[in-house]
Amino acid sequence: MGLTNETIKERLVQKFGENVSNFETPYGMLTFEAPVQENLKVLQFLFDDQELRFQFLTDLTAVHYPNQPGREIAVVYHLHNLIDNIRIRFKVFTTVEKPDVFTATKLFSSANWMERETFDFYGVNFVGHPNLKRILNVDEMDYFPLRKEYPLEDQTRIDKDDEMFGR
Amino acid sequence: MNEHQMNEHHIKLPEGSIEKTTTTLNLGPTHPATHGVFQNILELDGERIVSAEQTVGYIHRAFEKIAERRPLYQITPLTDRLNYCSAPINNMGWHMTCEKLLGVNIPKRVDYLRIIIMELSRISDHLICNSVVGVDSGAYTGFLYVMQYRELIYEIYEEICGSRLTTNMGRIGGFERNFNSAVWEKLDKFLAEYPAVLTEFQNLFNRNRIFMERTMGTGGISAERALNYGFTGPNLRAAGVDYDVRVHSPYSSYEDFDFKVPVGRTGDNYDRFMVRNEEMWQSIDIINQAYKKIQEFKGAEAEVYHADAPEYYLPAKEDVYTKMEALIWHFKIVMGETEMTPGEVYHSVEGANGELGFYLISDGGRAPYRLHFRRPCFIYYQAYSELTKGSMLSDAVITMSSLNLIAGEMDA
Repeated sequence: MGLTNETIKERLVQKFGENVSNFETPYGMLTFEAPVQENLKVLQFLFDDQELRFQFLTDLTAVHYPNQPGREIAVVYHLHNLIDNIRIRFKVFTTVEKPDVFTATKLFSSANWMERETFDFYGVNFVGHPNLKRILNVDEMDYFPLRKEYPLEDQTRIDKDDEMFGR
Repeated sequence: MNEHQMNEHHIKLPEGSIEKTTTTLNLGPTHPATHGVFQNILELDGERIVSAEQTVGYIHRAFEKIAERRPLYQITPLTDRLNYCSAPINNMGWHMTCEKLLGVNIPKRVDYLRIIIMELSRISDHLICNSVVGVDSGAYTGFLYVMQYRELIYEIYEEICGSRLTTNMGRIGGFERNFNSAVWEKLDKFLAEYPAVLTEFQNLFNRNRIFMERTMGTGGISAERALNYGFTGPNLRAAGVDYDVRVHSPYSSYEDFDFKVPVGRTGDNYDRFMVRNEEMWQSIDIINQAYKKIQEFKGAEAEVYHADAPEYYLPAKEDVYTKMEALIWHFKIVMGETEMTPGEVYHSVEGANGELGFYLISDGGRAPYRLHFRRPCFIYYQAYSELTKGSMLSDAVITMSSLNLIAGEMDA
Protein backbone atom coordinates (compact mmCIF):
# COMPACT_ATOMS: atom_id res chain seq x y z
CA MET A 1 0.00 0.00 0.00
CA GLY A 2 2.92 2.29 -0.60
CA LEU A 3 1.48 4.05 -3.58
CA THR A 4 -0.09 7.42 -2.86
CA ASN A 5 -1.58 10.15 -5.02
CA GLU A 6 1.56 12.25 -4.44
CA THR A 7 3.85 9.48 -5.66
CA ILE A 8 1.78 8.96 -8.78
CA LYS A 9 1.80 12.66 -9.48
CA GLU A 10 5.57 12.85 -9.01
CA ARG A 11 6.20 9.91 -11.33
CA LEU A 12 3.97 11.41 -14.00
CA VAL A 13 5.49 14.86 -13.81
CA GLN A 14 8.96 13.33 -13.85
CA LYS A 15 8.13 11.42 -17.02
CA PHE A 16 5.90 13.86 -18.92
CA GLY A 17 6.77 17.21 -17.42
CA GLU A 18 4.53 19.96 -18.72
CA ASN A 19 2.34 17.55 -20.64
CA VAL A 20 0.44 16.33 -17.62
CA SER A 21 -1.49 19.05 -15.91
CA ASN A 22 -4.52 20.06 -13.87
CA PHE A 23 -3.89 17.69 -10.99
CA GLU A 24 -6.83 17.54 -8.61
CA THR A 25 -8.13 15.08 -6.10
CA PRO A 26 -11.92 15.39 -6.01
CA TYR A 27 -13.27 13.02 -3.37
CA GLY A 28 -9.85 11.45 -2.97
CA MET A 29 -9.37 10.31 -6.56
CA LEU A 30 -6.35 11.72 -8.35
CA THR A 31 -7.51 13.38 -11.56
CA PHE A 32 -5.28 14.84 -14.25
CA GLU A 33 -5.25 15.56 -17.93
CA ALA A 34 -2.87 15.27 -20.83
CA PRO A 35 -2.89 16.52 -24.46
CA VAL A 36 -5.01 14.32 -26.65
CA GLN A 37 -2.14 13.06 -28.78
CA GLU A 38 -0.30 11.90 -25.66
CA ASN A 39 -3.10 9.69 -24.32
CA LEU A 40 -1.62 6.35 -25.38
CA LYS A 41 1.83 7.26 -24.11
CA VAL A 42 0.40 8.11 -20.73
CA LEU A 43 -1.75 4.99 -20.58
CA GLN A 44 1.15 2.82 -21.65
CA PHE A 45 3.40 4.38 -19.05
CA LEU A 46 0.80 3.89 -16.34
CA PHE A 47 0.39 0.30 -17.46
CA ASP A 48 4.06 -0.66 -17.75
CA ASP A 49 5.70 1.26 -14.93
CA GLN A 50 6.87 -1.12 -12.22
CA GLU A 51 5.62 1.18 -9.51
CA LEU A 52 2.36 2.45 -10.95
CA ARG A 53 0.88 -0.71 -12.54
CA PHE A 54 -2.48 0.73 -13.58
CA GLN A 55 -3.45 -2.34 -15.53
CA PHE A 56 -7.19 -2.43 -15.03
CA LEU A 57 -9.44 -0.16 -17.07
CA THR A 58 -12.48 0.34 -14.90
CA ASP A 59 -14.38 2.72 -17.07
CA LEU A 60 -14.08 4.76 -20.24
CA THR A 61 -16.55 7.42 -21.18
CA ALA A 62 -16.85 10.97 -22.45
CA VAL A 63 -18.35 14.25 -21.33
CA HIS A 64 -19.46 17.10 -23.54
CA TYR A 65 -18.69 20.69 -22.47
CA PRO A 66 -20.11 22.90 -25.24
CA ASN A 67 -18.91 26.07 -23.50
CA GLN A 68 -15.21 25.28 -23.69
CA PRO A 69 -14.11 26.18 -27.23
CA GLY A 70 -11.36 23.91 -28.46
CA ARG A 71 -11.81 21.39 -25.68
CA GLU A 72 -15.47 20.49 -25.91
CA ILE A 73 -15.23 16.75 -25.47
CA ALA A 74 -13.46 15.10 -22.58
CA VAL A 75 -12.64 11.41 -22.81
CA VAL A 76 -12.38 10.09 -19.28
CA TYR A 77 -10.49 6.96 -18.28
CA HIS A 78 -10.89 5.45 -14.83
CA LEU A 79 -7.92 3.25 -14.08
CA HIS A 80 -7.35 0.94 -11.16
CA ASN A 81 -4.17 -0.49 -9.74
CA LEU A 82 -5.46 -3.69 -8.20
CA ILE A 83 -2.21 -4.51 -6.45
CA ASP A 84 -1.93 -1.31 -4.44
CA ASN A 85 -5.68 -0.75 -4.67
CA ILE A 86 -5.68 2.82 -5.86
CA ARG A 87 -7.77 4.46 -8.53
CA ILE A 88 -7.04 7.42 -10.79
CA ARG A 89 -8.98 9.39 -13.35
CA PHE A 90 -7.31 10.49 -16.54
CA LYS A 91 -8.81 12.91 -19.03
CA VAL A 92 -8.00 14.10 -22.50
CA PHE A 93 -9.82 16.96 -24.14
CA THR A 94 -10.55 17.19 -27.82
CA THR A 95 -12.46 19.47 -30.15
CA VAL A 96 -15.95 18.67 -31.25
CA GLU A 97 -15.09 19.33 -34.92
CA LYS A 98 -12.34 16.76 -35.08
CA PRO A 99 -12.65 14.44 -32.10
CA ASP A 100 -9.79 12.08 -32.89
CA VAL A 101 -8.40 10.09 -29.99
CA PHE A 102 -6.06 7.14 -30.20
CA THR A 103 -7.68 3.87 -29.25
CA ALA A 104 -6.72 2.00 -26.11
CA THR A 105 -7.90 -1.36 -27.43
CA LYS A 106 -4.36 -2.64 -27.90
CA LEU A 107 -3.72 -2.10 -24.22
CA PHE A 108 -7.10 -3.14 -22.81
CA SER A 109 -9.43 -5.55 -24.58
CA SER A 110 -12.20 -4.10 -22.46
CA ALA A 111 -11.81 -0.73 -24.17
CA ASN A 112 -13.31 -2.12 -27.37
CA TRP A 113 -16.98 -1.82 -26.55
CA MET A 114 -16.53 1.09 -24.19
CA GLU A 115 -14.97 3.05 -27.04
CA ARG A 116 -17.73 1.96 -29.37
CA GLU A 117 -20.25 3.19 -26.82
CA THR A 118 -18.40 6.50 -26.52
CA PHE A 119 -18.31 6.81 -30.29
CA ASP A 120 -21.98 5.98 -30.44
CA PHE A 121 -23.01 8.72 -28.04
CA TYR A 122 -20.38 11.42 -28.54
CA GLY A 123 -18.90 10.72 -31.93
CA VAL A 124 -15.38 10.40 -30.60
CA ASN A 125 -13.35 8.92 -33.41
CA PHE A 126 -11.03 6.36 -31.85
CA VAL A 127 -8.17 6.18 -34.31
CA GLY A 128 -7.04 2.60 -34.85
CA HIS A 129 -10.09 0.96 -33.33
CA PRO A 130 -10.68 -2.43 -35.00
CA ASN A 131 -14.44 -2.13 -35.32
CA LEU A 132 -15.65 1.38 -34.66
CA LYS A 133 -19.39 1.26 -35.27
CA ARG A 134 -22.48 2.00 -33.25
CA ILE A 135 -23.30 -0.43 -30.49
CA LEU A 136 -26.42 0.64 -28.60
CA ASN A 137 -28.16 2.85 -31.14
CA VAL A 138 -29.31 1.90 -34.61
CA ASP A 139 -26.70 2.03 -37.35
CA GLU A 140 -28.74 4.50 -39.38
CA MET A 141 -28.58 7.19 -36.72
CA ASP A 142 -26.79 10.28 -38.03
CA TYR A 143 -26.17 12.22 -34.83
CA PHE A 144 -24.54 11.65 -31.45
CA PRO A 145 -27.34 11.80 -28.92
CA LEU A 146 -25.51 12.48 -25.66
CA ARG A 147 -24.03 15.72 -26.93
CA LYS A 148 -25.57 18.67 -25.19
CA GLU A 149 -27.03 20.25 -28.34
CA TYR A 150 -29.67 17.52 -28.44
CA PRO A 151 -32.18 18.43 -25.78
CA LEU A 152 -34.62 15.96 -24.32
CA GLU A 153 -38.19 16.21 -25.45
CA ASP A 154 -40.14 19.05 -23.86
CA GLN A 155 -42.22 17.42 -21.16
CA THR A 156 -44.98 19.97 -21.50
CA ARG A 157 -45.56 19.56 -25.23
CA ILE A 158 -49.17 19.02 -26.15
CA ASP A 159 -49.03 18.40 -29.88
CA LYS A 160 -48.80 14.64 -29.50
CA ASP A 161 -51.79 12.42 -30.06
CA ASP A 162 -52.82 10.98 -26.72
CA GLU A 163 -54.54 7.99 -28.25
CA MET A 164 -51.39 6.99 -30.00
CA PHE A 165 -48.78 7.69 -27.37
CA GLY A 166 -50.88 7.05 -24.29
CA ARG A 167 -50.18 10.17 -22.34
CA MET B 1 -15.21 -30.63 -50.07
CA ASN B 2 -12.82 -32.47 -52.26
CA GLU B 3 -13.44 -33.48 -55.82
CA HIS B 4 -13.48 -37.20 -55.12
CA GLN B 5 -16.26 -36.92 -52.51
CA MET B 6 -18.63 -35.31 -54.96
CA ASN B 7 -21.26 -37.33 -56.70
CA GLU B 8 -23.96 -36.47 -59.20
CA HIS B 9 -26.35 -35.26 -56.42
CA HIS B 10 -24.14 -32.33 -55.49
CA ILE B 11 -24.69 -28.98 -57.09
CA LYS B 12 -21.83 -28.24 -59.42
CA LEU B 13 -20.20 -24.94 -58.58
CA PRO B 14 -18.77 -22.81 -61.36
CA GLU B 15 -15.15 -23.44 -62.15
CA GLY B 16 -12.72 -21.63 -59.86
CA SER B 17 -15.22 -20.74 -57.10
CA ILE B 18 -14.36 -21.30 -53.46
CA GLU B 19 -16.88 -23.32 -51.50
CA LYS B 20 -17.64 -22.14 -47.96
CA THR B 21 -17.19 -25.07 -45.62
CA THR B 22 -18.46 -23.51 -42.42
CA THR B 23 -22.05 -22.86 -41.42
CA THR B 24 -23.32 -19.52 -40.17
CA LEU B 25 -25.81 -19.81 -37.36
CA ASN B 26 -27.71 -17.15 -35.50
CA LEU B 27 -27.81 -18.15 -31.86
CA GLY B 28 -30.56 -15.85 -30.75
CA PRO B 29 -32.28 -13.47 -30.44
CA THR B 30 -35.10 -16.00 -30.27
CA HIS B 31 -33.12 -18.68 -28.47
CA PRO B 32 -34.40 -18.91 -24.87
CA ALA B 33 -30.91 -18.51 -23.43
CA THR B 34 -30.42 -15.18 -25.15
CA HIS B 35 -33.17 -13.34 -23.22
CA GLY B 36 -34.78 -12.50 -26.54
CA VAL B 37 -32.30 -9.73 -27.31
CA PHE B 38 -28.76 -10.96 -27.92
CA GLN B 39 -27.87 -12.09 -31.37
CA ASN B 40 -24.79 -14.25 -31.58
CA ILE B 41 -23.58 -14.91 -35.06
CA LEU B 42 -21.67 -18.15 -34.90
CA GLU B 43 -19.47 -19.60 -37.58
CA LEU B 44 -19.64 -23.35 -37.15
CA ASP B 45 -17.48 -26.16 -38.42
CA GLY B 46 -19.76 -29.07 -37.73
CA GLU B 47 -20.68 -28.47 -34.12
CA ARG B 48 -17.52 -26.63 -33.27
CA ILE B 49 -17.46 -22.85 -33.09
CA VAL B 50 -14.86 -21.25 -35.32
CA SER B 51 -15.76 -17.70 -34.46
CA ALA B 52 -18.53 -15.85 -32.74
CA GLU B 53 -19.72 -12.31 -32.98
CA GLN B 54 -21.98 -11.14 -30.20
CA THR B 55 -24.31 -8.16 -30.20
CA VAL B 56 -26.09 -6.54 -27.31
CA GLY B 57 -29.50 -5.99 -28.82
CA TYR B 58 -31.57 -2.90 -29.24
CA ILE B 59 -33.30 -2.18 -25.99
CA HIS B 60 -31.28 0.91 -25.18
CA ARG B 61 -33.48 3.26 -23.16
CA ALA B 62 -31.22 6.33 -22.98
CA PHE B 63 -30.86 6.26 -19.20
CA GLU B 64 -27.80 8.48 -19.24
CA LYS B 65 -29.54 11.10 -21.36
CA ILE B 66 -32.75 10.99 -19.32
CA ALA B 67 -30.72 11.31 -16.13
CA GLU B 68 -29.39 14.66 -17.33
CA ARG B 69 -32.82 16.16 -16.76
CA ARG B 70 -33.95 14.39 -13.62
CA PRO B 71 -33.39 15.36 -10.00
CA LEU B 72 -31.56 12.75 -7.95
CA TYR B 73 -34.58 10.88 -6.64
CA GLN B 74 -36.06 10.42 -10.07
CA ILE B 75 -32.92 8.63 -11.18
CA THR B 76 -33.37 5.83 -8.63
CA PRO B 77 -36.11 4.13 -10.70
CA LEU B 78 -33.76 4.16 -13.69
CA THR B 79 -31.16 2.23 -11.74
CA ASP B 80 -33.77 -0.42 -10.91
CA ARG B 81 -33.89 -1.27 -14.52
CA LEU B 82 -30.20 -1.93 -14.94
CA ASN B 83 -29.65 -5.26 -13.25
CA TYR B 84 -33.25 -6.00 -12.35
CA CYS B 85 -32.34 -9.29 -10.67
CA SER B 86 -30.75 -7.35 -7.83
CA ALA B 87 -32.35 -3.92 -8.07
CA PRO B 88 -31.77 -2.88 -4.41
CA ILE B 89 -28.00 -3.01 -4.89
CA ASN B 90 -28.34 -0.55 -7.76
CA ASN B 91 -30.67 1.72 -5.76
CA MET B 92 -28.34 1.82 -2.81
CA GLY B 93 -25.28 2.18 -4.98
CA TRP B 94 -26.88 5.25 -6.52
CA HIS B 95 -27.94 6.68 -3.18
CA MET B 96 -24.44 6.15 -1.81
CA THR B 97 -23.04 7.99 -4.84
CA CYS B 98 -25.30 10.94 -4.06
CA GLU B 99 -24.35 10.79 -0.40
CA LYS B 100 -20.70 10.83 -1.33
CA LEU B 101 -21.23 13.87 -3.54
CA LEU B 102 -23.36 15.70 -1.00
CA GLY B 103 -21.32 14.70 2.03
CA VAL B 104 -24.12 13.02 3.98
CA ASN B 105 -22.99 10.96 6.95
CA ILE B 106 -24.80 7.69 7.37
CA PRO B 107 -25.46 6.17 10.80
CA LYS B 108 -24.11 2.67 11.41
CA ARG B 109 -27.51 1.11 11.80
CA VAL B 110 -28.56 2.30 8.34
CA ASP B 111 -25.38 0.83 6.89
CA TYR B 112 -26.18 -2.52 8.44
CA LEU B 113 -29.79 -2.47 7.29
CA ARG B 114 -28.54 -1.73 3.79
CA ILE B 115 -26.08 -4.58 3.98
CA ILE B 116 -28.85 -7.00 4.88
CA ILE B 117 -30.84 -5.94 1.83
CA MET B 118 -27.85 -5.87 -0.49
CA GLU B 119 -26.78 -9.34 0.54
CA LEU B 120 -30.32 -10.64 0.12
CA SER B 121 -30.29 -9.23 -3.40
CA ARG B 122 -26.97 -10.87 -4.06
CA ILE B 123 -28.44 -14.19 -2.98
CA SER B 124 -31.51 -13.78 -5.18
CA ASP B 125 -29.36 -12.80 -8.16
CA HIS B 126 -26.89 -15.67 -7.78
CA LEU B 127 -29.76 -18.04 -7.19
CA ILE B 128 -31.33 -17.15 -10.52
CA CYS B 129 -28.04 -17.23 -12.37
CA ASN B 130 -26.94 -20.57 -10.99
CA SER B 131 -30.26 -22.26 -11.39
CA VAL B 132 -30.48 -21.02 -14.97
CA VAL B 133 -27.07 -22.54 -15.64
CA GLY B 134 -28.77 -25.73 -14.53
CA VAL B 135 -31.72 -25.15 -16.86
CA ASP B 136 -29.45 -24.56 -19.81
CA SER B 137 -27.62 -27.80 -19.13
CA GLY B 138 -30.91 -29.67 -18.98
CA ALA B 139 -31.60 -29.75 -15.23
CA TYR B 140 -34.85 -27.91 -14.63
CA THR B 141 -35.50 -29.17 -11.10
CA GLY B 142 -33.11 -26.89 -9.29
CA PHE B 143 -34.58 -23.82 -10.92
CA LEU B 144 -38.15 -24.64 -9.94
CA TYR B 145 -37.08 -25.60 -6.47
CA VAL B 146 -35.16 -22.43 -5.57
CA MET B 147 -37.66 -20.04 -7.17
CA GLN B 148 -39.79 -20.41 -4.06
CA TYR B 149 -36.97 -19.02 -1.93
CA ARG B 150 -36.39 -16.05 -4.14
CA GLU B 151 -40.04 -15.39 -3.44
CA LEU B 152 -39.23 -15.15 0.27
CA ILE B 153 -36.63 -12.50 -0.49
CA TYR B 154 -39.08 -10.58 -2.66
CA GLU B 155 -41.60 -10.66 0.17
CA ILE B 156 -39.04 -9.02 2.40
CA TYR B 157 -38.54 -6.27 -0.21
CA GLU B 158 -42.27 -5.88 -0.35
CA GLU B 159 -42.50 -5.24 3.38
CA ILE B 160 -39.80 -2.59 3.14
CA CYS B 161 -40.72 -0.66 0.03
CA GLY B 162 -43.90 -2.13 -1.37
CA SER B 163 -42.55 -3.47 -4.62
CA ARG B 164 -40.75 -6.60 -5.62
CA LEU B 165 -38.70 -6.53 -8.79
CA THR B 166 -37.96 -2.90 -9.59
CA THR B 167 -37.81 -1.83 -5.99
CA ASN B 168 -36.97 1.90 -5.99
CA MET B 169 -35.96 1.26 -2.41
CA GLY B 170 -34.58 3.70 0.10
CA ARG B 171 -33.71 7.37 0.10
CA ILE B 172 -30.59 9.46 0.11
CA GLY B 173 -29.63 8.97 3.73
CA GLY B 174 -31.36 5.73 4.51
CA PHE B 175 -34.72 4.06 4.20
CA GLU B 176 -38.20 5.47 3.78
CA ARG B 177 -39.35 3.73 6.98
CA ASN B 178 -37.97 1.52 9.67
CA PHE B 179 -38.11 -2.23 9.12
CA ASN B 180 -41.36 -3.47 10.63
CA SER B 181 -41.76 -6.65 12.61
CA ALA B 182 -42.92 -8.55 9.52
CA VAL B 183 -39.55 -7.89 7.88
CA TRP B 184 -37.69 -9.41 10.78
CA GLU B 185 -40.06 -12.37 10.95
CA LYS B 186 -39.66 -13.04 7.24
CA LEU B 187 -35.93 -12.63 7.50
CA ASP B 188 -35.86 -15.12 10.38
CA LYS B 189 -37.85 -17.55 8.29
CA PHE B 190 -35.55 -17.10 5.33
CA LEU B 191 -32.38 -17.49 7.37
CA ALA B 192 -33.77 -20.59 9.04
CA GLU B 193 -34.94 -22.31 5.88
CA TYR B 194 -32.54 -21.20 3.22
CA PRO B 195 -29.30 -23.00 4.22
CA ALA B 196 -31.00 -26.38 3.87
CA VAL B 197 -32.30 -25.36 0.44
CA LEU B 198 -28.92 -24.21 -0.75
CA THR B 199 -27.37 -27.45 0.50
CA GLU B 200 -29.91 -29.43 -1.44
CA PHE B 201 -29.39 -27.27 -4.51
CA GLN B 202 -25.68 -27.98 -4.30
CA ASN B 203 -26.38 -31.68 -3.86
CA LEU B 204 -28.26 -31.59 -7.14
CA PHE B 205 -25.39 -30.06 -9.05
CA ASN B 206 -21.96 -29.96 -7.48
CA ARG B 207 -21.08 -33.64 -7.91
CA ASN B 208 -23.57 -34.34 -10.66
CA ARG B 209 -21.60 -36.18 -13.33
CA ILE B 210 -23.56 -34.78 -16.24
CA PHE B 211 -23.38 -31.23 -14.92
CA MET B 212 -19.65 -31.50 -14.28
CA GLU B 213 -18.98 -32.86 -17.73
CA ARG B 214 -21.00 -30.07 -19.29
CA THR B 215 -19.43 -27.20 -17.37
CA MET B 216 -15.87 -28.15 -16.50
CA GLY B 217 -13.32 -26.92 -18.98
CA THR B 218 -15.82 -24.94 -21.02
CA GLY B 219 -15.87 -21.18 -21.28
CA GLY B 220 -12.66 -20.84 -19.32
CA ILE B 221 -10.48 -17.74 -19.18
CA SER B 222 -7.12 -17.00 -17.61
CA ALA B 223 -6.78 -14.43 -14.85
CA GLU B 224 -4.68 -12.22 -17.09
CA ARG B 225 -7.17 -12.19 -19.94
CA ALA B 226 -10.06 -11.72 -17.54
CA LEU B 227 -8.43 -8.61 -16.11
CA ASN B 228 -7.67 -7.31 -19.55
CA TYR B 229 -11.29 -7.81 -20.53
CA GLY B 230 -12.42 -5.84 -17.50
CA PHE B 231 -14.05 -8.78 -15.73
CA THR B 232 -15.28 -8.05 -12.24
CA GLY B 233 -17.39 -9.82 -9.68
CA PRO B 234 -17.83 -13.60 -9.52
CA ASN B 235 -16.60 -14.05 -13.09
CA LEU B 236 -13.24 -12.49 -12.26
CA ARG B 237 -12.98 -14.33 -8.97
CA ALA B 238 -13.67 -17.62 -10.75
CA ALA B 239 -10.54 -16.92 -12.79
CA GLY B 240 -8.54 -16.64 -9.57
CA VAL B 241 -8.34 -12.90 -8.85
CA ASP B 242 -9.65 -12.02 -5.40
CA TYR B 243 -10.91 -8.56 -6.32
CA ASP B 244 -14.06 -7.62 -4.49
CA VAL B 245 -15.24 -4.02 -4.16
CA ARG B 246 -16.63 -4.83 -0.71
CA VAL B 247 -13.10 -5.57 0.45
CA HIS B 248 -11.01 -3.27 -1.72
CA SER B 249 -13.03 -0.08 -1.37
CA PRO B 250 -15.45 -0.82 1.47
CA TYR B 251 -18.71 1.08 1.39
CA SER B 252 -21.66 0.95 3.76
CA SER B 253 -19.41 -0.34 6.60
CA TYR B 254 -18.48 -3.62 4.93
CA GLU B 255 -15.17 -3.26 6.76
CA ASP B 256 -16.97 -4.24 10.00
CA PHE B 257 -17.77 -7.67 8.65
CA ASP B 258 -15.80 -10.82 8.53
CA PHE B 259 -16.30 -12.81 5.36
CA LYS B 260 -14.35 -14.79 2.80
CA VAL B 261 -13.90 -13.98 -0.85
CA PRO B 262 -14.17 -17.28 -2.70
CA VAL B 263 -11.97 -17.69 -5.77
CA GLY B 264 -11.83 -20.25 -8.52
CA ARG B 265 -8.89 -21.42 -10.52
CA THR B 266 -9.70 -21.92 -14.18
CA GLY B 267 -12.44 -19.36 -14.73
CA ASP B 268 -14.62 -21.93 -16.50
CA ASN B 269 -18.36 -22.38 -16.19
CA TYR B 270 -18.03 -24.78 -13.29
CA ASP B 271 -15.81 -22.39 -11.32
CA ARG B 272 -18.19 -19.53 -11.91
CA PHE B 273 -21.03 -21.69 -10.66
CA MET B 274 -19.09 -22.75 -7.58
CA VAL B 275 -17.95 -19.22 -6.76
CA ARG B 276 -21.55 -18.01 -6.83
CA ASN B 277 -22.67 -20.84 -4.59
CA GLU B 278 -19.98 -20.06 -2.08
CA GLU B 279 -20.79 -16.37 -2.22
CA MET B 280 -24.35 -17.17 -1.26
CA TRP B 281 -23.03 -18.90 1.88
CA GLN B 282 -20.90 -15.87 2.63
CA SER B 283 -23.89 -13.60 2.11
CA ILE B 284 -25.93 -15.60 4.61
CA ASP B 285 -23.04 -15.23 7.01
CA ILE B 286 -22.88 -11.47 6.47
CA ILE B 287 -26.63 -11.13 6.98
CA ASN B 288 -26.38 -13.03 10.25
CA GLN B 289 -23.56 -10.79 11.42
CA ALA B 290 -25.46 -7.65 10.45
CA TYR B 291 -28.57 -8.94 12.18
CA LYS B 292 -26.60 -9.48 15.37
CA LYS B 293 -25.01 -6.03 15.17
CA ILE B 294 -28.41 -4.40 14.68
CA GLN B 295 -29.77 -6.11 17.76
CA GLU B 296 -26.94 -4.62 19.79
CA PHE B 297 -28.19 -1.04 19.28
CA LYS B 298 -29.95 0.27 22.36
CA GLY B 299 -32.37 3.10 23.08
CA ALA B 300 -32.84 5.81 20.49
CA GLU B 301 -30.08 4.37 18.32
CA ALA B 302 -32.07 1.20 17.80
CA GLU B 303 -34.75 3.17 15.95
CA VAL B 304 -32.47 5.04 13.53
CA TYR B 305 -33.28 4.26 9.92
CA HIS B 306 -32.09 7.37 8.12
CA ALA B 307 -29.42 10.02 8.36
CA ASP B 308 -30.12 13.46 9.70
CA ALA B 309 -30.10 15.22 6.33
CA PRO B 310 -33.28 17.30 5.97
CA GLU B 311 -32.07 18.79 2.71
CA TYR B 312 -32.04 15.47 0.91
CA TYR B 313 -34.08 13.03 2.96
CA LEU B 314 -37.81 13.37 2.34
CA PRO B 315 -39.68 14.32 5.54
CA ALA B 316 -42.30 12.00 7.00
CA LYS B 317 -45.64 12.20 5.25
CA GLU B 318 -47.65 13.13 8.35
CA ASP B 319 -45.26 16.04 8.94
CA VAL B 320 -45.71 17.22 5.36
CA TYR B 321 -49.44 17.51 5.99
CA THR B 322 -49.15 19.28 9.31
CA LYS B 323 -45.88 21.24 9.43
CA MET B 324 -44.87 24.14 7.23
CA GLU B 325 -41.12 23.37 7.39
CA ALA B 326 -41.64 19.79 6.33
CA LEU B 327 -43.92 20.84 3.49
CA ILE B 328 -41.29 23.24 2.19
CA TRP B 329 -38.56 20.62 2.31
CA HIS B 330 -40.79 18.07 0.69
CA PHE B 331 -41.54 20.44 -2.16
CA LYS B 332 -37.93 21.47 -2.61
CA ILE B 333 -36.64 17.91 -2.63
CA VAL B 334 -39.28 16.63 -5.03
CA MET B 335 -38.72 19.52 -7.42
CA GLY B 336 -34.96 19.15 -7.16
CA GLU B 337 -34.53 22.65 -5.75
CA THR B 338 -32.21 21.73 -2.88
CA GLU B 339 -28.58 22.65 -3.00
CA MET B 340 -26.45 20.37 -5.16
CA THR B 341 -22.73 20.31 -4.52
CA PRO B 342 -20.82 20.83 -7.77
CA GLY B 343 -18.30 18.07 -8.14
CA GLU B 344 -17.15 14.95 -9.82
CA VAL B 345 -17.47 11.62 -8.09
CA TYR B 346 -17.01 7.97 -8.93
CA HIS B 347 -18.51 5.45 -6.60
CA SER B 348 -18.78 1.75 -7.12
CA VAL B 349 -20.47 -1.09 -5.35
CA GLU B 350 -20.09 -4.82 -5.70
CA GLY B 351 -23.14 -5.61 -7.80
CA ALA B 352 -24.23 -9.21 -8.09
CA ASN B 353 -22.42 -9.62 -11.39
CA GLY B 354 -19.50 -7.26 -10.94
CA GLU B 355 -18.39 -3.77 -10.13
CA LEU B 356 -21.31 -1.42 -10.66
CA GLY B 357 -19.94 2.09 -10.92
CA PHE B 358 -21.58 5.49 -11.00
CA TYR B 359 -19.64 8.37 -12.50
CA LEU B 360 -21.52 11.50 -11.57
CA ILE B 361 -20.63 15.04 -12.56
CA SER B 362 -22.69 17.79 -11.01
CA ASP B 363 -22.47 21.44 -11.97
CA GLY B 364 -24.72 22.48 -9.11
CA GLY B 365 -27.89 22.30 -11.19
CA ARG B 366 -30.97 20.34 -10.27
CA ALA B 367 -30.01 17.35 -12.40
CA PRO B 368 -26.61 15.76 -12.96
CA TYR B 369 -24.49 17.34 -15.67
CA ARG B 370 -23.38 13.88 -16.68
CA LEU B 371 -24.08 10.47 -15.25
CA HIS B 372 -22.39 7.36 -16.51
CA PHE B 373 -23.10 3.86 -15.32
CA ARG B 374 -20.26 1.37 -15.34
CA ARG B 375 -22.29 -1.67 -16.21
CA PRO B 376 -20.27 -4.79 -15.47
CA CYS B 377 -21.85 -7.23 -17.90
CA PHE B 378 -21.63 -4.80 -20.81
CA ILE B 379 -17.89 -4.81 -20.31
CA TYR B 380 -17.24 -8.49 -19.76
CA TYR B 381 -19.61 -9.74 -22.46
CA GLN B 382 -16.94 -8.65 -24.94
CA ALA B 383 -14.98 -11.73 -23.99
CA TYR B 384 -17.75 -14.03 -25.20
CA SER B 385 -16.24 -14.70 -28.60
CA GLU B 386 -12.91 -15.54 -27.01
CA LEU B 387 -14.61 -17.75 -24.42
CA THR B 388 -16.50 -19.78 -26.98
CA LYS B 389 -13.89 -20.06 -29.72
CA GLY B 390 -13.22 -23.71 -30.43
CA SER B 391 -15.90 -25.00 -28.11
CA MET B 392 -19.06 -26.90 -28.99
CA LEU B 393 -22.31 -25.18 -29.84
CA SER B 394 -23.99 -26.50 -26.71
CA ASP B 395 -21.19 -25.07 -24.55
CA ALA B 396 -21.83 -21.62 -25.98
CA VAL B 397 -25.28 -21.66 -24.43
CA ILE B 398 -24.01 -22.58 -20.96
CA THR B 399 -21.21 -20.05 -21.20
CA MET B 400 -23.74 -17.36 -21.94
CA SER B 401 -25.88 -18.19 -18.95
CA SER B 402 -23.00 -18.68 -16.54
CA LEU B 403 -21.66 -15.20 -17.35
CA ASN B 404 -24.81 -13.77 -15.72
CA LEU B 405 -25.67 -11.40 -18.53
CA ILE B 406 -28.56 -9.10 -17.78
CA ALA B 407 -30.03 -7.52 -20.88
CA GLY B 408 -31.33 -4.48 -19.03
CA GLU B 409 -27.95 -3.69 -17.62
CA MET B 410 -26.09 -4.22 -20.84
CA ASP B 411 -28.23 -1.86 -22.84
CA ALA B 412 -28.85 0.75 -20.16
